[in-house]
Amino acid sequence: MRRTILAVTATVAGLVALLSFKTHSSERTVATPQPSATLPPGEREITGNVANTAYGPVQVQVVVATSKIVRVNILEQPSSTTRDVQIGQFAFPKLVTETLSAQSARIDSVSGATYTSGGYIKSLQSALDNGA
Amino acid sequence: MGTVVSFDVPFSARRDGSLDEAIRWLHWVDLVFSPYRPDSDVSLLARAEVDVDGCVPEMAEVLTACAFVSDLSGGYFTAAPGGQFDPSGYVKGWAVERAAALLSRAGSADHLVNGGGDVQCAGGRGAGGPWRVGIADPLRPGRLALVVSATDCAVATSGTAERGPHILDPHTGQPASGLASITIVGPSLALADACATAAFAMGPARARDWTESLEGYAAFAITDAGDTWQTPGFGRHISPA
Repeated sequence: MRRTILAVTATVAGLVALLSFKTHSSERTVATPQPSATLPPGEREITGNVANTAYGPVQVQVVVATSKIVRVNILEQPSSTTRDVQIGQFAFPKLVTETLSAQSARIDSVSGATYTSGGYIKSLQSALDNGA
Repeated sequence: MGTVVSFDVPFSARRDGSLDEAIRWLHWVDLVFSPYRPDSDVSLLARAEVDVDGCVPEMAEVLTACAFVSDLSGGYFTAAPGGQFDPSGYVKGWAVERAAALLSRAGSADHLVNGGGDVQCAGGRGAGGPWRVGIADPLRPGRLALVVSATDCAVATSGTAERGPHILDPHTGQPASGLASITIVGPSLALADACATAAFAMGPARARDWTESLEGYAAFAITDAGDTWQTPGFGRHISPA
């Protein structure tokens, strides 16, 4: 692979969250990470901090193997309305796809409908920082 | 404006300060042009508390460009969707294009800026050839419809997928229907993004005729039914899978 985790970190460090969401109430701030299943040899989990967004808390976990992100688990996502859940069902898979493709030799970026998921980026950044 | 911008830049852009400059530019645009900030120039102008001369000089530039795309699209693009002044449909692409230009001006030949799914790139991915930009499949979340091979160009996609039908047909005031997404590839992200919004509002049949008439820009569309079509110029942008 052309890109190492160093390059991924450099890319993510350039991510800017432009957050000026409308107010949206959510009381949940306590993360409840799912118990980790036994990981295959060589893989390790790094959990990001909880990022509070206007839509509610977001927390992600990355699974790293040989300096490469192989999976992203969404531990916490806004769910106070049906709309939040619907948005999450679309937005998070796309963000995960973009995260994984950002280090793929085959895809550099993804063009698609606007997403408003600053919390994903913040939590992902902290996961990468925690793993450094 | 509530979106996420990602940069793919050479390390030189971190050393020479141009990445920081591009990030500062985007935050400034958000302060001045966000319709969600009550004290932004856009909000003040919408409430007629200032006139254009009382705004930042960039406001006149944005208004001129919005009027141009509105004319070009027969009114399917508007700086007042839903009747309220809100040029976000132009500002986002314009801001990302300008951010990429700041990197070019500092000497970067190869970079890619993605603002909420709209991409402006320069050069290619170093020795690896052109940038490969996936087009999200709006009907199959997490999957790509196809991959565009991009060098010195913009890729903009308008669709309904994340936040439901949010693009209104300015002529009816009703949500546009018929297209799941439309992607426009061309030199300028500001124009490609605004044209994608206009084409989405037109619906499939009118959008096809109109995008074929746009010189230098090519389009790829996915309808609600899952059918696809593309303008004759789009084929050369498609990257082998």
